[in-house]
Amino acid sequence: MNPAAARLVAKAEHLVKKPIWDCRMCGQCVLHDTGLTCPMTCPKTLRNGPCGGVRPDGHCEVKPEMRCVWLNAVERSDKLPLWHGHIDQLRPPVDNRLKDSSSWINLFTGRDKQTPAGWTVGQPP
Amino acid sequence: MSTLERKLDAGEFVVTAEMPVIDGGGHAELQRQLEFMRPYVDAYNATDNPAAHAHVSPLAISIGLLQVGAEPVMQLVCRDKNRLALEADLMGAAMYGVQNICCLTGDDVTAGDEPEARRVFDLDGIQLIALARTLDRGHYLSGRPILPGGEREARGPHFVVGAVENPSAPPLDYRVRRAAKKALAGARFLQLQMTYRTELLERFLHTAVDTGLSARLAMIPSIMILRSAGAMRFVASSVPGIDMPPELLRRVESAVDAEAECFEIAYELASHAISQPGVAGLHFISFRKDAGIAKLCTRLGIGTKQERETHGHSPSVALD
Repeated sequence: MNPAAARLVAKAEHLVKKPIWDCRMCGQCVLHDTGLTCPMTCPKTLRNGPCGGVRPDGHCEVKPEMRCVWLNAVERSDKLPLWHGHIDQLRPPVDNRLKDSSSWINLFTGRDKQTPAGWTVGQPP
Repeated sequence: MSTLERKLDAGEFVVTAEMPVIDGGGHAELQRQLEFMRPYVDAYNATDNPAAHAHVSPLAISIGLLQVGAEPVMQLVCRDKNRLALEADLMGAAMYGVQNICCLTGDDVTAGDEPEARRVFDLDGIQLIALARTLDRGHYLSGRPILPGGEREARGPHFVVGAVENPSAPPLDYRVRRAAKKALAGARFLQLQMTYRTELLERFLHTAVDTGLSARLAMIPSIMILRSAGAMRFVASSVPGIDMPPELLRRVESAVDAEAECFEIAYELASHAISQPGVAGLHFISFRKDAGIAKLCTRLGIGTKQERETHGHSPSVALD
């Protein structure tokens, strides 16, 4: 895709996803796997679940005024009729090169599923 | 093979302890810190800027511990380093024979005394476990082979990787599932964050046993030995993830001998923990160089390393 068109798609994506999910444009969207809750809004940008610092009232260790993103993610994920169990999958490290690119395009091209050659999680040593 | 790994494999009771943070002093300081715990403790956690306060690095401490004949568990957190720096630390550890690694996400920079620092979190704690196991397979994250000392065949270090989970932090029902993800990433042991809520520890351990997780991932609850109501208040307010029940604080405040009462609480929590199913050992945290850990072990019926070795004595219940 030509760069200008790709930028346009990214803009459109942000326009839709920013107001709904506070999208941070990581370019490798995992909303379906995390109960339609954006994990990049976690101050530690954790993609595999809540840290151990969640306060007893369910609020964030870093931003005490905010409810833990992962509490929302777990509750919503367990209620969703689709993508069941996806929240328990191990998500790979973020590819920082994809920042600000369109995850729609990256989904279509399969670019968002690419992991480093050495990432072999779940395989026996 | 590290002692920790050998004992975990054999289902023997393990005792780990937090190495107090140090700001220098060389081997003499390490020896001084170890003095009272040494007869009982199998391996010492070298912490990585705990609560986001800078100290001597866990890599330096871990190498130093090996040099003074003590076994380290090198902690690594994701707050301060990106994946390249984490790989370098893991390889540095491997170079000196540090095998036990404990992977944590880490407290945020805002918990520390330099809250203006940039937080990194390039990986999360679970991805860090997977990274350590990736190196084990003889290659870096990129797939580039690890060729130690110019060898022609790729050869990875041999790590035994652990992690931490907090049984008393919400979402409570999700904690065991997150721990299962850590096992999936390649963790072998799980040091449970100190909790004063015995009912939550019970809930976590029972679920871990029921789901079969504790057979794959050795559960090691933490016991903290404090000495005063002030220390309890400090821990409750300054250490993220600690939920201090007010009635425990009142108990210490109204006690004639606060230190003795604190010890009593630590004993009660520890004996409760080892009575639970699926417990593979205990992790002790004591902030003062005294015989606290030794005293507690004696009262719990946990022998010295030597006694446990000769008599095979284990206060734990079976792993299944």
